Amino acid sequence: MSAVVETIEAMERPPLSMGSRLEGELLEVSMGPQHPSTHGVFRMNVALDGEIVRKLKPVFGYLHRNHEKIGENTSYLGSMPYTDRLDYFCSMTNNWAYALSVEKLAGIEVPERAEYLRVILAELTRLQNHASLLGFLLSDMGAWGTPLMYAFREREKILDLFESLAGSRMMCDYMRFGGCRVDASEEWLAGAQQIVDRFPKFLDEFEELILGNEIVIGRTQNVGKLSAELAVNAGITGPMLRACGVNYDIRKIDCYGFYPRFKFRIPLGEHGDTYDRLMMRALEMRESVEILKQAFAQIAPGPIVNPKVKVRAFRPPVGEAYGRIEGPKGELGFYLISDGAPNPYRYRVRPPSFINLTVLEDLCLGHTVADVMVILGSIDIVMGEVDR
Amino acid sequence: MESLGEIKSRIEAAVFGAKIEIMQNGSPSQQHSLLIDNEHAVAVARFLRVDPALYLDFCSNVTGVDWLDRVVKKTTKVKKIVDGQEKEVVETSEEKIPGYLEAVYHLYSITHKHGPVIIRMRTSDRADGTHLPSLTPVWRSAEFQEREIFDLYGIRFGGHPDLRRILMWDEFENYPMRKDYHEPDDYEWEPTPHDDVMEKAKVHYPPRPEMDGAEKITSQP
Amino acid sequence: MSQIDEQLRTELQRQGVWVTSMQDLYNWGRKNSIWPLQFGLACCAIEMIATAASRYDIARFGGEIFRPSPRQADLMIVAGTVTKKMAPQIVRLYNQMADPKYVIAMGACAISGGPFKQGYNVLKGIDRYIPVDVYIPGCPPRPEALLHAFMELQRKIDEQKLTGANKAEFLKPDQPSEFPVPRFGKHDLEPSANRDVFQPPTIERQS
Repeated sequence: MSAVVETIEAMERPPLSMGSRLEGELLEVSMGPQHPSTHGVFRMNVALDGEIVRKLKPVFGYLHRNHEKIGENTSYLGSMPYTDRLDYFCSMTNNWAYALSVEKLAGIEVPERAEYLRVILAELTRLQNHASLLGFLLSDMGAWGTPLMYAFREREKILDLFESLAGSRMMCDYMRFGGCRVDASEEWLAGAQQIVDRFPKFLDEFEELILGNEIVIGRTQNVGKLSAELAVNAGITGPMLRACGVNYDIRKIDCYGFYPRFKFRIPLGEHGDTYDRLMMRALEMRESVEILKQAFAQIAPGPIVNPKVKVRAFRPPVGEAYGRIEGPKGELGFYLISDGAPNPYRYRVRPPSFINLTVLEDLCLGHTVADVMVILGSIDIVMGEVDR
Repeated sequence: MESLGEIKSRIEAAVFGAKIEIMQNGSPSQQHSLLIDNEHAVAVARFLRVDPALYLDFCSNVTGVDWLDRVVKKTTKVKKIVDGQEKEVVETSEEKIPGYLEAVYHLYSITHKHGPVIIRMRTSDRADGTHLPSLTPVWRSAEFQEREIFDLYGIRFGGHPDLRRILMWDEFENYPMRKDYHEPDDYEWEPTPHDDVMEKAKVHYPPRPEMDGAEKITSQP
Repeated sequence: MSQIDEQLRTELQRQGVWVTSMQDLYNWGRKNSIWPLQFGLACCAIEMIATAASRYDIARFGGEIFRPSPRQADLMIVAGTVTKKMAPQIVRLYNQMADPKYVIAMGACAISGGPFKQGYNVLKGIDRYIPVDVYIPGCPPRPEALLHAFMELQRKIDEQKLTGANKAEFLKPDQPSEFPVPRFGKHDLEPSANRDVFQPPTIERQS
C-alpha cells in the first residue's frame, strides 16, 4: 500500500465524493490493489486522521472477468466450469447453486444418492473454506503464516479427496443438472469418513491455538461491530449475519437438498463483532462434521444422475428462476432467464462477498488502519466472486 | 405467504395510484413477479418492507436485464369461410415490442422466513429514457448492485447516494452487458480460431481457405 | 558449466581447495534465493499459496520469503487473470522491481487470457506489456507445475552470462528495465499491446 498526499495522478486519486468534504488534514491512502494481505486484488481508498479511519470507499473491478457475459454466450452446461472459478475456494458449492437454479428452471429431480453426495461435498467444502479463512485472517494479523500452514494441512487432505473423486483439486466441475458427474466408490467414502473422524481433533488444536490467544482476543473483540438491523437491511448473509444474532440459515429456511434429514444446530453470535464472526466459523465447522457423520451413515447405493435430462441440446422451458444455497460465505444465488435457446438469455450470479462488503465503511469508521485489515479478513471475501 | 394476487390488491389499496401487473413465469419454478410503475416504486417498496404481514426486510438480489426490440408472433385460430365452407384457419399476427431495460429485485423476509417476492421496474426505452428510481433508501443492499447495473447496463437510478462506475474503470464509455455491445478488437494473435472468433481474427491476417491445422507456424526472427 | 577442467577441480577438492568462477558463484547465489513478490490475482494465487505451504514447500528452493514490496522482490509470479483494469498496476509493479527481475506467467489466464478470453475486460496475456520468462499452462497448474517452473527459472538464471556478447539482458545498458504503463481509454487500454514486447508468431500458409 502506498501513502501519497499530492503526487498521485488524477485517475488514482480517491474519488471526489471523498475529497470534497475533507475536514482539516486528512491523509488519503490507497490500500491495494496489491497489498500484503491475501484477499486478492481489492482496493480501498481510505481517508485517515492520524491512524483513525474517517472515510473508506472500496474500489472493485480488478478481477472483473465478464462471467455473466460469457454465460450468455455459452450453453447451460458450458457455464458449469466457469462457476468453479467464481469463488475459487468453494467450487463444489458454486456448482451446486448453479445446478439447483437450472433444476428449478427446468423442473428436474435429483436422485437420492446424488443428493447425499452433494451434501457431503458441500460440507467438506465448508470445512476447508472456514479453516483457510481462519488461517488467512491470522496471517493478516501478523502470525506470519503458521496458522495458515495448519489450515492448509487439513485443506490438502480434503483436496486430495476432491482430486480422487472429481479429477481436480480446486476446479472440480462436479455437479450436473439432475445429479453428479462421477460416482463415489466405497473406498472413497471410507477415506472421507476417516478424515472427517479426525477433524474434531484438529479443530480442538486449532481453536486452542487461535481463539484462546490473547492477542487475537484483544484485536478482534469489540472491533467492527455490526448491528442486526443494519445487517438485514444491507443484505448481509452467511456467518456474518448469524454473528449479529439473526437466525437465518438457508439450509434450514429453503430446505433444499436433503438438509431436512440431518440434525444440526445453527450457531448464533451475540455482539456482532469480529471475534463473533471468527467463532461462527469455528462452530460451523463442528456442525459440518456432525452433518457429514450423519450423511455417511445414511448414504445408500443408487443412480447418481437423472436419466431423463438431455445432456446435449439441453433447452429449458421459457421462463426464469432464482435458486440459492447457503454457501460458506453467504447466500449464493443464480438468476437465470431462459428464452428456450441453448444459451441463457440472462445469467446472473448473486455474489455474497460483494454484498457483504456494503457495510465495510460502516464497520471501519472510527477504527485504526490495523483494524481495517482484521475487519476485512473477517468478512471473508474472495475477489473472483466480488468482481465475477 | 399470500398469493401474488392478494399482494397486488393490498399494494394498490395502500399506495394510491400504483399500477401493478402480475408477470407470469412459464417455467416450472413458478416464480411469478410484479411489474410496478416507476412513479410509485419507492412508496410500494416501503410498503412491502414495513407491512406487518409481508415484512420483506431483505433484498437479496438486484439484476438488470436488457430486452432488445422484439417481434412476437401470435397465432390465433379464426373461423373463416373458405370455398364456401366454414373452416378454422390459423392466422399469425406479429406484434412489435420496443426494447427496454429492466431492473428485477428479489425480496425475502428474514423475520417471517418467507419469500421470494419478485418486483420489476422497466425503463421506457434503451436510449434516453433509461431512468429508474433507486430503492437504496429502502434496502441498503441495493447500493452496490444498482451501481453495477448502472455500470454495465446504463440505467440511471435517481436518488442513489453514490452512482458511479463500480466494475469498469471510470473513463470507460460503454455499457458492456447490453446485447448490442461490441468488444474491442484485440484479436491479432489467435492460434486456433473458429466460428465467430475466426471472423474477428481474419481482419488481422490473411484469411485461411482451409481449416486450421494446415498452417505452418513459425516465430518471427 | 564452467571452463575449469573437471579432473583438476576434483583433485583440488580432495586437497580442500574449492575453485569456481565468478559467474557460477553469482548465479548460484541468485538462483537459490529468489524472492517472489507476494502478489496473486485469482485462483492460481491459491495454488501459489499451496505451493508455499508445508506440503509442497517452495522454501526448499529458496523462494520462501514472499516480499510484499516490489522494491525487494526478484520474481513476479503473475498468478491469475489479468484484467484490463489491473494491467497498468501490474506494469507499474514490474517497473518498480529492481534488476535482475523475472516474470513467471502462471496459469492459462496470464499466458493468453485463458477461459475468460472472450471478455471485454480481460487482457489476453500479460506478455502484451511485460516480458515473461517462464509460462506455466494449466487451470490452475498444480503446485508441482509451479515448482517445475521455478526449477526452469533456476536453470535459466544459471545459464545467464555476465560478460561477453551473450551477456544477460539486464546487464546491457540499452535494454529497458521499465516499460510504458498503458492508460485507460474509452473502450480499451491504450495502447492495446506493447509492440516491443508482444511479438506473437506469424502464421504462414502451407503452399
